[in-house]
Amino acid sequence: MAQRALQLSKWTGPIALFAVVGPILAALIAVGATAEGKLYLGPGDWAAIRFTLVQSFLSAAFSVALAIPAARALARRRFRGRSALITLMGAPFILPVIVAVFGLLTVFGRAGWVSSILGAVGLEPVSIYGLHGVVIAHVFFNLPLAVRLILQGWNDIPAERFRTAALLDFGPNAVFRIIEWPMLRKAVPGAFALIFAICLTSFAVALTLGGGPRATTIELAIYQAFRFDFDLGRAALLSIYQLGIAGCAAAIALLLIPLSFAEGGLNRPVQRWDTTPAWLDYVWLGLASAFLIVPLSAIVLSGLAGLPDVPISVWHSATASLYVAFISVVVLMILVLPLAAWMGSRKRSGIEAASLLGLAASPLMIGTGWFILINPVIDPQTVALPVTAFVNALMALPFAIRMLAPAVRSAIADHGQLAQSLNLPHVVIWRYVLWPRLRAPLGFSLGLAAALSVGDLGVIALFADPDRATLPLQMYRLMGAYRVDAAAGAALILLALAFTLFLLFDRWGRANADS
Amino acid sequence: MLTVKNLLVRHDTFSLRADWSVQSGSRTVVIGPSGAGKSTLIGAVAGFVDVAQGQITLDGTDITHANPANRDIAMLFQDGNLFPALTLEQNVSLGLRPSLKLNAEERKRVHTVLNRVGLSGFEKRKPGQVSGGQQGRAALARILLQRKPLLLLDEPFSALGPALRQEMLDLVNDVLDETQATLLMVTHNPDDAKHIAQDIIFLDDGVAHSPEPAEQLLANPHPALKSYLG
Repeated sequence: MAQRALQLSKWTGPIALFAVVGPILAALIAVGATAEGKLYLGPGDWAAIRFTLVQSFLSAAFSVALAIPAARALARRRFRGRSALITLMGAPFILPVIVAVFGLLTVFGRAGWVSSILGAVGLEPVSIYGLHGVVIAHVFFNLPLAVRLILQGWNDIPAERFRTAALLDFGPNAVFRIIEWPMLRKAVPGAFALIFAICLTSFAVALTLGGGPRATTIELAIYQAFRFDFDLGRAALLSIYQLGIAGCAAAIALLLIPLSFAEGGLNRPVQRWDTTPAWLDYVWLGLASAFLIVPLSAIVLSGLAGLPDVPISVWHSATASLYVAFISVVVLMILVLPLAAWMGSRKRSGIEAASLLGLAASPLMIGTGWFILINPVIDPQTVALPVTAFVNALMALPFAIRMLAPAVRSAIADHGQLAQSLNLPHVVIWRYVLWPRLRAPLGFSLGLAAALSVGDLGVIALFADPDRATLPLQMYRLMGAYRVDAAAGAALILLALAFTLFLLFDRWGRANADS
Repeated sequence: MLTVKNLLVRHDTFSLRADWSVQSGSRTVVIGPSGAGKSTLIGAVAGFVDVAQGQITLDGTDITHANPANRDIAMLFQDGNLFPALTLEQNVSLGLRPSLKLNAEERKRVHTVLNRVGLSGFEKRKPGQVSGGQQGRAALARILLQRKPLLLLDEPFSALGPALRQEMLDLVNDVLDETQATLLMVTHNPDDAKHIAQDIIFLDDGVAHSPEPAEQLLANPHPALKSYLG
């Protein structure tokens, strides 16, 4: 017998969905209309598409390949600092891209630490620019994500299976073949597809470490077509290709990943009896940790030294970035609560996919579209910050929905029938049933949105004028002007802002929330 | 004979003491309130929980600190007894060889035990393609093949309905008749104790009391057991 399920946000949900899909479609239509008459791409554009696919493939492949032994070591070993290392694995996700690139340049750049060491022994310095630089930066961001996704797979294996294996005298090979390999076959394609999709829309990394005809992503090509050539038709056509490619990749990734990677449970080490040799596990963990910690340390050390050189314009930009982050958080909260409640109280459907447009649609495409729409009415530069904030909120929305919709589903599964039988008004359901469950994932989502928004270097690069730069853009300009010390100081300020905002929202969410 | 001598297991603020023996071939059920340490006790015997003090011997061999694989023990848990990527036949074969490289005679033995537990025709199915009862049968078929002198059961049938649970307990009884193994089974259901046990170990207040005859204990429970049984 079919049960009548509790329906929430029957009106506000569709309105919020319209508020998400509407602006994206409007931008797409504006861009498409402008592209009329130019339906072919030049050789440079095809090179950008090829480069985008190749760098995404390599970034995803290296991230996942390196993550497997690191996740396996984390799953098998109990050691002091294990919990701190897992927390550190979350750091690159909220680290502003431009800050991370600065850290990588400090370590791997021509004047960086590695080159200095090589120079001291008479070897040539290394260069981080080009395909390998883009891939290294993407691996830096996505290796921790891959480790967390794959570690979740290991932790989902019931402890009893390892106990049964111990009683049956499985060696390491049998444990891998019978228990771990089947898990990896499920977890690895999802991790690979998600990282591939994320890298497809890479802009800031390609802007700083790529560029030139041989290392331009589609996103960077859109920016160049718009900013340097003012060729709206080409930008539009590239945007449509970007939407098609990234949309397919995002849909595949989210189909393959059934769980929210932000969920807890990673701190539970499962006792194992097949753990030899230990040194190899610790070598992998040491290398993975060093790859993360050394650039982060470089940012902090050079930032502290550069703080006195920071010009006043950096502080003005920091205020602009905080404004953008605040608007983003407010917009995200207004959109995600009704959407998550609406989706969570319905059977899974295509609606969930519509909200994923944020992951597939290029931020620069949306920015370009809105530039075209706004331009005849007002000077687009005057609304640069609100448009950036709104686009940032759309980018964070898919992640927020992945965290909140399951929480709504479980709250309704646990208490929905009781709430219906007591005929509770929706306001009471929201206050006493949903809110305690949603507060923690909402805090995490808002923290993520605030951190991503404060550190974003995307749409603002299209619209910016000298008076309205956000902190990431200001830092990029300082790097471009070779004011390395001032850029280092700005990087530290940006890092502190992103981490503080994330921690503030996350702590707010966890306080008094249901576990 | 399984002997637990002056055993002490510590787990953060929790501790468990035990000092008793169970005879070879006997069937003993461990009961007690939630959190009393039933699974901890059985985990210590199996080698999954570290022992702080005392000694565990099985048929005269000290196994206190032995690796789980080096104890002559077979064990079933509530979940995770079968590997989902392997067929039922392969899961049972693990009882003979973890490498799954069986000779003709061994393969015949696997088919015999599968037939014995009523799983003929289901050999090539994976655990996800059969019922909970059939999964339990496959796990018991592996036990039958292992022929270990001590069988530990940690509430393996607690998620099953009454009829299926009864059927599984009957099958355990048959397996024990056939293998003459000693049984130590954790349960929270007194009916299981009535159905299968000769003796009962009651856990209370951090102590696993010495085994007492089931019939006698259930007929005249002491105050703590009476309070648990309700």
